[in-house]
Amino acid sequence: MTRPRLVTGARLRFDEVREEHLLLIPEGAVRLNPTAAEVLGLCDGERSLDDIVDLLSERYDGADLRDDVHELVDAMAQRGLVVDAAA
Amino acid sequence: MQPPRPSSLIAELSYQCPLHCPYCSNPVDIGGETYRRELATEDWIRAFREARALGVLQLALTGGEPMLRRDLVELCAGARDAGLYSSLITAGTLLTRERARELKAAGLDHVQISIQSPDAEDNDRIAGNRSFEKKLAAAHHARELDFPLTINCVLHRQNLDRVAELLDLALELGAQRVELANTQYYGWAVPNQNALMPSWEQLRRAEEAVRHFRERVGPKVDVLWVLPDYFEELPKPCMGGWGRVAMVVAPNGDVMPCQAAATIPGLEFANLRDHPLEWIWSESDAFARFRGTGWMQEPCRTCPLGRQEEDWGGCRCQALRLAGDAAATDPVCRFSPHHDRVVAAREPARADEFVYRTMKRPRVPS
Repeated sequence: MTRPRLVTGARLRFDEVREEHLLLIPEGAVRLNPTAAEVLGLCDGERSLDDIVDLLSERYDGADLRDDVHELVDAMAQRGLVVDAAA
Repeated sequence: MQPPRPSSLIAELSYQCPLHCPYCSNPVDIGGETYRRELATEDWIRAFREARALGVLQLALTGGEPMLRRDLVELCAGARDAGLYSSLITAGTLLTRERARELKAAGLDHVQISIQSPDAEDNDRIAGNRSFEKKLAAAHHARELDFPLTINCVLHRQNLDRVAELLDLALELGAQRVELANTQYYGWAVPNQNALMPSWEQLRRAEEAVRHFRERVGPKVDVLWVLPDYFEELPKPCMGGWGRVAMVVAPNGDVMPCQAAATIPGLEFANLRDHPLEWIWSESDAFARFRGTGWMQEPCRTCPLGRQEEDWGGCRCQALRLAGDAAATDPVCRFSPHHDRVVAAREPARADEFVYRTMKRPRVPS
């Protein structure tokens, strides 16, 4: 995975009714915790995985989120929800 | 008790359609007085806003053929303003490049195109209309505009042997999802059951073709395949449970718990011209009737597998059709005293001839 992006047609949104983050996809919705929503929000097909890790580290006082980011992006890619913009 | 939050609104915009598919889920009396007075643009847009406030996330714009509504672009814009994720469920024959572009600009999220068979001639025979080439063109327009594309195909005895070809066609068209929907015996499929019912062998081969495709292509294309009800031993949670997940709005504004609910005698549907959607969902008779587990009879009431809140008693319309009582256990269930009728219906069809969908009521073959 070089430059992750959401698969065509996937939209992130905060559902005010249920008060939770969702990834809306054709005829479905994936519930997300706030961290996952933040990571996916950075998957714009421009940033590399390293860029995303660095950016989050800056936001969270130098915390190392590498494993968490990789794990999440891999899991989403396996479900076809995140794709590689470089592929 | 507080009812659950719905997540899906199925908007049947119009029962008019240029195709004549013999398994159409629309009622057989689509041409009658009941459905003639279609909702106005502002009725639909108000319903979209009310649906979102209730918790609905997904909007299916369907029919009939939803593209026959002249205000479709406005409706898509209304859906986007309301905050819904919208899907257009179309036969594709009217989706020109220009219209696709307008719908994209209005905020439509996703396009789903039906294909009756991956073979052009067979597609046109099943649809009762020359439509195959237009469908392929529509799929190209959708992909050119970067719409996520779903190809759906209703499966039955006369196309199940072409599932591998169909999956290859969907891949070639750039589909992200393929919905392989085995025929459900409601609406027009009832008078056509004798031409549609597949054999076990066909279903096994099709399932095998799906498995091969998934192995070969991976997560790039999501293939939905579900064994048809009549070949199951335990019921499915029809519509995700009555009044739990989805509501269906007929072209005239009647709000129903499922597409076939109008076949159940004595159920009265509130109309969204007369009542707020919130009241219809939470309070109206039709939604309350089979919601939860309180209405269940034996053997559901003391289900030996404890599945009451898993399958919610299965399908009410099937219970009515096969057991003669909409409150009975779905006869698909092996514990139903009427399960033998499902087993008997598995006898594969022998006739090829269809009763095509028209605005006239079909003559039911004896």
